[in-house]
Amino acid sequence: MPELFKFPQSLKKTLFHYCPGCHHSIIHRLLCEVIDELEIRDKTVGLASIGCACFLYFYIDVDIIEAPHGRSCSAGTGIKRARPDLVVFTYQGDGDFAAIGLGDSLHAGSRGEKITAIMINNTVYGMTGGQVSPTTLPMQKTTTTPSGRDPSKEGYPLKVAEILAGFEGVAFCARVAVNTPQRVLQAKKALKKAFLAQIEERGFGYIEFLSACPVNWKMDPLSATRHIDKLAEVFPLKIFKDFE
Amino acid sequence: MKGKKLLVKGVEAIALGALEGGCQCYFGYPITPQNEIPELMSAELPKRGGVFLQAESETSAINMVLGASAVGARVMTSSSSPGISLMSEGFSYLIALELPCVVVNVMRGGPGLGGIEASQGDYFQAVKAPGHGDGRFLVLAPYTCAEAYELTAKAFELADKYRNPVMILSDAILGQMKEPLEVKPLKIKNFAKEDWALTGAKDRPSRTIKSLFLDSKELAERNLKLKKKYKAMEREIRFEILSEGQEELMVIAFGSIARICKEAVLNLRSKGYGISFFRPVTLFPFPKKALCSALDSNEKKIKVLVFELNCGQMVEDVASALCGRAEVLSRFYPPSVLPFPEDIEREIKKCLNSLNFPKV
Ligand SMILES: Cc1ncc(C[n+]2csc(CCOP(=O)(O)OP(=O)(O)O)c2C)c(N)n1
Ligand code: SF4
Repeated sequence: MPELFKFPQSLKKTLFHYCPGCHHSIIHRLLCEVIDELEIRDKTVGLASIGCACFLYFYIDVDIIEAPHGRSCSAGTGIKRARPDLVVFTYQGDGDFAAIGLGDSLHAGSRGEKITAIMINNTVYGMTGGQVSPTTLPMQKTTTTPSGRDPSKEGYPLKVAEILAGFEGVAFCARVAVNTPQRVLQAKKALKKAFLAQIEERGFGYIEFLSACPVNWKMDPLSATRHIDKLAEVFPLKIFKDFE
Repeated sequence: MKGKKLLVKGVEAIALGALEGGCQCYFGYPITPQNEIPELMSAELPKRGGVFLQAESETSAINMVLGASAVGARVMTSSSSPGISLMSEGFSYLIALELPCVVVNVMRGGPGLGGIEASQGDYFQAVKAPGHGDGRFLVLAPYTCAEAYELTAKAFELADKYRNPVMILSDAILGQMKEPLEVKPLKIKNFAKEDWALTGAKDRPSRTIKSLFLDSKELAERNLKLKKKYKAMEREIRFEILSEGQEELMVIAFGSIARICKEAVLNLRSKGYGISFFRPVTLFPFPKKALCSALDSNEKKIKVLVFELNCGQMVEDVASALCGRAEVLSRFYPPSVLPFPEDIEREIKKCLNSLNFPKV
């Protein structure tokens, strides 16, 4: 009988600390499956950023370093430039990648840095308790937009994938979600491609996951998962840039 | 270039020293008065199989340094005061992560944008708090091009030895003046990094380099471990002293003003004045013991006069090191008010002759 399901080798056998219904866990698993399938576990260095996923090293069995808030793409650049033979990925929240780290992120993309950047877009600052982020939806309530994000005051959601797709240095750019089984499969394919972009030395690989944060959205896990469809209306799920 | 005699600026001597020290990667962002360092590195490093990259900001540059250091490269950045301030978050992480690197600060006048004149205004920042959270740099302060060359090369060895950033603290005078330099080969030790660097979990368990310690006991242990390391760095203390043990006054200065002071002291000594001279080369760890024993073995009661190109910073370390052994006086020159050796001589004489030498 063919083996359809097994525990990824690069995933550590331990409990996740994430809240019930949080999509970080599914994304971690996909990441490990991709690392296993590409057989790169022993030459991969990950960058755990500040935010809910800063404990990446508890779960993913590859070499990992913590970078300061927003600086993963720069630190990743240093790693890749010093050791081009290593496979480098960053794992960052929307606050990390697109607020404090936007400059680092865009410049790494623009330089065509051969790294894979993963942004988990849950439209809030999860770890610090649900403050507004650059990707917060209009009218979305957060702890610092208590009456909802008003674009005339707090601006409009920042569409990072759309920006990066226009950069010559970016080889692969996609936005995916994991709220249905079909999307999980599509997301995995895209994630693999984001790694291949650097492995095949084509350029910067970017992948954005729309991700649920039930706790800060004040929703139960099921509603939060369904709510991803609302996010997808503002942040279309799409492969913006691809290569053969 | 090896073994050659060249006429170089101080900043070029620093870059050449970095190459001699085995620097493999350079990341930085332009700022006057140190731009010749990235310029020279951009020309030389790629030829030697190394990496040069101009970052989009100092914050990015220092984090590129962090990444390259984590995978075991010998890496350097250089900047000047405002840029160094921007890097300070990265410094704190590098210290916490125990990642070696060399940081060059060619100080300019501050605070704020200040000006590009020579200044030693970043002394406190360099030796007390390069970043948040109780971390230290090993700080070396050259005063000639030859010393800048040697100390920068040595800085790579020391950074690797202690797994800690090492700062070369220089200023615009030393940085921009030209002197002949013999680019001689130096013995710079290498330290194995295989036991800690992130190189991919091949044939070993995966590794983590992190600075987050939510467990208070763990965090305390980490900090105490770092403290032990700073103590161990005392083995590296360097200083220069001119003394016969029977002077009435000791002049203390570091970096480029030490050179002006030394000339003044030598002039006065040749005229028969009892003046000694002390120059800390490591600013952290500060050469406390050396300074104290020099004063203890002096036969006469001695006054100490500290000259600096700022509003008086190192004088606090001198006073705390001496702990009342001598009267400590401060003569300071804010940026752009550079003294000549004659000015220093006049100050020293005033101090010798008058009981009313102003105490500031
Ligand atoms: C320089 C700095 N500023 C602020 C913080 C506090 N901080 C920790 S996590 C975080 C927000 C993270 O949000 P995001 O990147 O969206 O990740 P999430 O927690 O949602 O996964 C902030 C602001 C910090 N650690 N460092
Ligand atoms: S706060 Fe949100 S992002 Fe963080 S673990 Fe909980 S659900 Fe996930």
